[in-house]
Amino acid sequence: MSRRFTPKVVTANRLREGDVVYLTADDQWSAFHHEAELIEDEAHAQMRLLHASAQKLLVVGAYLADAKPGLNGPEPTHFREEFRTRGPSNYNHGKQADLAN
Amino acid sequence: MYSYSDFDEGFVRSRVAQFTQQVERRLDGSLTEDEFRPLRLMNGLYLQLHAYMLRVAIPYGTVSPRQMRQLAYIADTWDKGYGHFTTRQNIQFNWPKLPDVPAILSALADVEMHAIQTSGNCVRNVTADHFAGAAADEIADPRPYAELLRQWSTDHPEFQFLPRKFKIAITGSPNDRAVTKAHDIGLRMVRNAAGEPGFEVMVGGGLGRTPMIGVTVREFLPEADLLPYVEAVLSVYNTLGRRDNKYKARIKITVHETGKEAITEMIEARFAELRPLFGGNDQKLLAEIREAFAPPAFRNAPVDAYDAFYQADPVFRAWADTNLTAHRNAQYAIVTISLKAHGQTPGDASSDQMRLIADLAEKYGHSDLRISHEQNVILPHVHKSDLPTLHAALTQAGLGTANVGLLSDIIACPGMDYCALATARSIPVAQELATHFEALKLEHEIGPLKIKISGCINACGHHHVGHIGILGLDRAGVENYQITLGGDGTEDAVIGEKTGPGFAYTEIVPAIERILRAYLDLRTEPAETFLQAFKRVGMEPFKQALYDSEDAQDAA
Repeated sequence: MSRRFTPKVVTANRLREGDVVYLTADDQWSAFHHEAELIEDEAHAQMRLLHASAQKLLVVGAYLADAKPGLNGPEPTHFREEFRTRGPSNYNHGKQADLAN
Repeated sequence: MYSYSDFDEGFVRSRVAQFTQQVERRLDGSLTEDEFRPLRLMNGLYLQLHAYMLRVAIPYGTVSPRQMRQLAYIADTWDKGYGHFTTRQNIQFNWPKLPDVPAILSALADVEMHAIQTSGNCVRNVTADHFAGAAADEIADPRPYAELLRQWSTDHPEFQFLPRKFKIAITGSPNDRAVTKAHDIGLRMVRNAAGEPGFEVMVGGGLGRTPMIGVTVREFLPEADLLPYVEAVLSVYNTLGRRDNKYKARIKITVHETGKEAITEMIEARFAELRPLFGGNDQKLLAEIREAFAPPAFRNAPVDAYDAFYQADPVFRAWADTNLTAHRNAQYAIVTISLKAHGQTPGDASSDQMRLIADLAEKYGHSDLRISHEQNVILPHVHKSDLPTLHAALTQAGLGTANVGLLSDIIACPGMDYCALATARSIPVAQELATHFEALKLEHEIGPLKIKISGCINACGHHHVGHIGILGLDRAGVENYQITLGGDGTEDAVIGEKTGPGFAYTEIVPAIERILRAYLDLRTEPAETFLQAFKRVGMEPFKQALYDSEDAQDAA
């Protein structure tokens, strides 16, 4: 019955600013998807999610999002997660503007 | 318009003070997110895809120039210099930061505004006909009733934990511009045989995953009975409404499961209990409120300048033909300022535009402004002699688009560009439809058309009642758009019919073009609108246009 585990990253929104962040392998929260820890093991994923959810003063709504390995690091597989790395399509706001440099 | 009493002022200020402390306690860790979430939602604060979002109520769509300037100030100070007007006559700020929200709420309170009950399972912002107090076809201004309902429903102890959210819409005209039949309670003013004004009461309308047209539980409710009757409806719903299943919790399901007759009887029985308890205080209050909505002192002046301009200037004429509506004073017009410039985000206004609109309302519009559920701004009272100057000022600020009621006057929800619930984007689809048909120069030839786009099944974009409705879905990890045709949000409300399989993001604009080219081919005359043509010929010709052509091969 159980489906094969697909690679994940831990993602959340910052409590104060509300922007999207990703959990790195060295326990930092990065604004960049490609700096996230790509998690290939289900048990490890649950541990990392617990670790993230415990950081109540830093982030809100942590969850596991599907990802795949890429040239510079993990890349999103679903369009929703791709939009979250960037910002809205109608204005140059959000990450696409904030992280342009 | 209505001004806050000391009670209103005290209540709003105390809520700001409470929420300020709640934010502090969240930031210092005394409150967990689970504890904080319902508190922030009670104050209109959501966490969306890229940031927080603050939804501010604009009661029955009425806003003063001073308030509009304050919204501009908030946009500049704590957001990104713009605001988004919604289909519930609210304004949303898309980028506030949590520590700043108490200051924003305080700035709102300074101009008698708030974000209370813009979320949660309570009675939400009461919406009204955006032409209220001005429309030529109006029986009476519905806003005093809407304000009465607002005061009654705000922090009402019995109705703070309803099974689900509850939306009331009211219109004072027989021609329904407030989509009353798609609301939990719709109130439509009518006259009885004796000529007295009252309300047709419709219950259980709603869009979302189970779209339903409201059923009439009272053909004629005397206006004096409004509050006890609405309270009776809420009371019955509060008792019967399902709390076991979020998707079956709205009153439309209660009405459906209970049956029209049974629920009408229950409402009437509860009404009989409640009515004597009101003791006339609601009517005293209503009389006071009504004074606040006295019509402005209309000017009596020649309108020759308007007539001359109308004849001489084709750009002005085009705008006048689409963006003006008949006012009950023949020297006046109702002006709709389009927030749908081709290629722009439907419903967005920059802070500069907000300030200009405020100035123009003071100069030419008796200081009255409205937000429509169709995401435009209304100047309800403009003397016709002022229209040429007004139009010139609007045009300079990018607000002179002559497209109200046409193809590019699209309702679009924020969709997956902002909303955490969305399953697909809606804004870029609206932008592309507008620019595509602008380039084809087909918009005016197509004529009156309402396209409405939602980015998920919850239907904030009212797609079910669009002449053409577009619903964005996630189909196996790809954006896919389902089309409905023949929907209607007026007094003849109809839920649109699905055409068939949906279309990919890159295919949706060509698909809409095929529908509209089919319409142009089959209409009997240019005066036959898309909706009339659809009612005459039905779905089949449009299905053929959509699915039988070679272009549609990859529709899935």
